[in-house]
Amino acid sequence: MKTWFHQWGSPPHFYERAARWTPWFSVLALVTLAYGLIGGLVLAPMDYQQGQGYRIIFVHVPSAWMSMFIYTTLAIAGGIALIWRMKLAEVYIAAAAPLGASFTFLALLTGSLWGKPMWGTYWVWDARLTSELILLFLYLGVIALYSAIEDKRSAARAASVLALVGVVNIPIIHYSVEWWHTLHQGPTVTKFDKPSIDTAMLLPLLSMALGFTFYFAALALVRMRLGLLQRERYSRWVSDMLNQSQVKS
Amino acid sequence: MLNAFLTLLRRDLLLAIRHPGEVVDAWLFFLLIVVLFPLGTRPEAGLLTALAPAIVWIAALLSTLLSLDRIFKTDFQDGSLEQLLLNPYPTTVLVGAKVLAHWLSSGLLLILASPLLAMMLGLPARAMPVLMLSLLLGTPVLSLVGSIAVALTVGLRGAGLLLPLLLLPLYTPILIFGAHAVQAAALGMSAEGPLYLMAAILALALTLAPLAIAAALRIAVE
Repeated sequence: MKTWFHQWGSPPHFYERAARWTPWFSVLALVTLAYGLIGGLVLAPMDYQQGQGYRIIFVHVPSAWMSMFIYTTLAIAGGIALIWRMKLAEVYIAAAAPLGASFTFLALLTGSLWGKPMWGTYWVWDARLTSELILLFLYLGVIALYSAIEDKRSAARAASVLALVGVVNIPIIHYSVEWWHTLHQGPTVTKFDKPSIDTAMLLPLLSMALGFTFYFAALALVRMRLGLLQRERYSRWVSDMLNQSQVKS
Repeated sequence: MLNAFLTLLRRDLLLAIRHPGEVVDAWLFFLLIVVLFPLGTRPEAGLLTALAPAIVWIAALLSTLLSLDRIFKTDFQDGSLEQLLLNPYPTTVLVGAKVLAHWLSSGLLLILASPLLAMMLGLPARAMPVLMLSLLLGTPVLSLVGSIAVALTVGLRGAGLLLPLLLLPLYTPILIFGAHAVQAAALGMSAEGPLYLMAAILALALTLAPLAIAAALRIAVE
């Protein structure tokens, strides 16, 4: 266990492994996304209430899930970075935060596009929409803090603290917003009975969610390798590796 | 340990008293924001009354943001922050003293000024105690949570611009509970629910925020 941990903490080891894993994740992402898209956009039946418009959920719901999942991983990586000072966790935060922000933005965008035909407006101050918007600002805060600090090691640790503070706050924000919403307007406006989802819709949806996760994993690995190279550009293993590849070519 | 706490508290309060400009500026900023709102809408009693809780609370958020900027800045510049981290007393306790001093020189003043402003905005008198109580529970949280972000950005050049982006999303629960406690009281309903929730958030912030501030300061001075 301990050697495993040490191996994973070592940048050259991770760099090499990540290179090997990226294609696997990419292929898995391609397969699951292809099944999800075909199943969701073509094979799944039309919704009796919402018509074809509901099909946006095959993008919307997985990106909303990803937005929350990635923020949680940010906080976990932040804890690891602060406690064990593990370089990889620091690199992960820098690599994953912009991806998480993109997924959050995608969830908001698809949500408002769906809202136009369904609710008649692009934006309602619905509890979930609002907390997703605040989540986007939390992401942007982490990214802004990271890019504002020049020394990237302390930048990553500062971003870790912020991510941890954010993750403590997210449930409070979520419930406060929900409570605010219910006080403001009755739940009748935005809450309609969702028909419990059919398997023909559920399977593509889950497949899309898996596909998003694999896609994120592949992208995060690529970005982490890049971050590692940038951060370790003066270290031995990077120059050794570059020399080797030059000899080969 | 208590001695160290009190010494630091007295030092920071003395500093605040000797530089009254900074304290008064943030306070005037608070008053001005409230004055600007009626100018931006129509000075109708009904409209302002409905908006009053939100206006007072948003003004409190923004003025706290402004005054927080100075809490660690001069200490960082003259090096006393490093001494604070190096001395044998627990950093969390010392940080608590600094935050308390900040709250006494900002949050407390906001609370004292709030009834006057709320009256100008036409908030019914029965909502005043709830307004002050909600500020009493809420402004310490603003100081505590805000100090984390200030500690994270203390050495940076663009800290003043970064601070709102980091903090305002974290301030949303306090704004929601605070403004709605006042709104409920203004409508003659019970404000107990949001007030209890604010007290719970205060307890959480009191226990966890000093740890985060201490960790953030250590990263900043490294």
